[in-house]
Amino acid sequence: MGHKKGMPNFSKTFTTSSFRKSFVTAVFSAFFAVSVWASRDSVASDHGVTTAVSTHEVTIANHEGADAHSAAAHADAHGAEASLKEEKFAPGKMIMDHIADAHDWHLWGEGHGSVSIPLPVILYTESKGLTVFSSARFEHGHAAYEGFKLTEKGKVTWEQEGNTEAIYDISLTKNVVAMLIAVLTILIITLGMAKSYTKNKGKAPKGFHNLVEPLILFIRDDVAKRSIGHKTDKFMPLLLTIFSFIFVNNVFGLIPIFPGGANVTGNIAITMVLALVIFLTVNLNGNKYYWKHIFLPDVPVWMYVIIIPIEVLGVVLKPFVLMLRLFANITAGHIIILGFFSLIFIFGAMNQALGYAVSPLSVAFTVFMGLLEMLVAFLQAFVFTLLSAIYIGMAVEEHHH
Amino acid sequence: MQLVTPAIGLVFWMLVTFSLLLVILKKFAWKPILASIREREQTIEDSLSLAEKTKADMIRLQGENESLLAEARKERDALLKEAREMRDKIVGDAKATADEEAKKLLTRAQDEIEKQKAAAIDELKREVSVLSVQIAEKLMQQQLENNQEQQAIIEKQLSQLN
Repeated sequence: MGHKKGMPNFSKTFTTSSFRKSFVTAVFSAFFAVSVWASRDSVASDHGVTTAVSTHEVTIANHEGADAHSAAAHADAHGAEASLKEEKFAPGKMIMDHIADAHDWHLWGEGHGSVSIPLPVILYTESKGLTVFSSARFEHGHAAYEGFKLTEKGKVTWEQEGNTEAIYDISLTKNVVAMLIAVLTILIITLGMAKSYTKNKGKAPKGFHNLVEPLILFIRDDVAKRSIGHKTDKFMPLLLTIFSFIFVNNVFGLIPIFPGGANVTGNIAITMVLALVIFLTVNLNGNKYYWKHIFLPDVPVWMYVIIIPIEVLGVVLKPFVLMLRLFANITAGHIIILGFFSLIFIFGAMNQALGYAVSPLSVAFTVFMGLLEMLVAFLQAFVFTLLSAIYIGMAVEEHHH
Repeated sequence: MQLVTPAIGLVFWMLVTFSLLLVILKKFAWKPILASIREREQTIEDSLSLAEKTKADMIRLQGENESLLAEARKERDALLKEAREMRDKIVGDAKATADEEAKKLLTRAQDEIEKQKAAAIDELKREVSVLSVQIAEKLMQQQLENNQEQQAIIEKQLSQLN
């Protein structure tokens, strides 16, 4: 392999899709990492200002720090006492509270009037072993229990300052319960379907199953078969499970009242596990061609220095991007909808009439976004499944040179 | 960044839940559902191909029927023809036999006639000889006086008889 032969090979490699994909994902991930780092920095520096990523802590600090200002602003209307009761509306905090996980399921109301379903807190520490109690014991962070307390960020820590012993918090949080509800829904639908299918063998599906079967066929024929080929059957259960899990959780996330509303698929832990499953599936099923493509690609030997690290990086980046895409899309959807709603209260805080004036517009935008999110709910489930299928297909593909 | 930090509890529950979901769905939902979908598709495909086959069979049978019909018709025609030939032959044979018989009868009749004729001629000859003897007797009785003449007449008669 001479250098003269090497040059065209290089340009050929650069145009192959896997190389481009790795390159694009690398750039994208770098961009994402930088933006995360930058935003953390900016939040840290803008600690005093309650902006997008404000926390409860920040709000309280703001509340106390700007006490004089707030009192002056409200004194003419409500008096000093009223101003203390009425917390200033912080859209950033509200949105973050909604999209983040919590130890109780907030239903309605604010402050002391709020109604929420307490969920079990399960903690494991080396010194105390397993500790299980209701999250109501924390009284929304106002009380400590068995030496534990809830921070304003919703994290369980030791009541005692300076105790650095690790706490493994495996509580059934809002997201866990929401996920279990979604999983239960999937089980009811699919197991019922399986039962009726085995009972009415060879006959056409009935009723609701007519709605589900096209989805299954869509995943099988248009997603899996096109990407994986003749080994489709082996991966169908995984792809269908992933699709139904993401889709049902996405849809539940769009329902604003109790069983829904949790940001399950917009949580990085959930998407991380999903991506991990794909990572393991792809690499455990990768055949010799897959590994050869990574460690012995068809490029001149001197190119290996560049190509192999990129290919190895690509192995990790593919599931990593799957994780980020789902997380970012669903979280963004929730933020936008909540943001449009917040507009009403932001303008309402300035002037009540303005709040009313803005509300129809805000509702209209929210409805529009809600419809868009319904599309996204399906689209992201589809995209995740499709890309998973493509990655699996790339790993199990047989090459006949 | 709380948002991009995966919480250990959620990861734990997700792993447990998703694994269980995957196992349960794989065993009790997707396998039977996919199997029955495949089976149904197979049934439909089989039915379609069967219909196609039946159609082809029908067409083939129809063709066969037609050819059978044509054959039968041909056979009938042949039979008819044969029958006609047979009849003609029988009629012809009968005619020939009749002709022959008639000819035979005719010949026999002719033979009989010949025989009768010959017999009649013989009879006649006998009659004539008797008559001639009688005539000769009479003549002899009459002309015995003339010996010479008698002699001549007798000789003449005798030569004539021979």
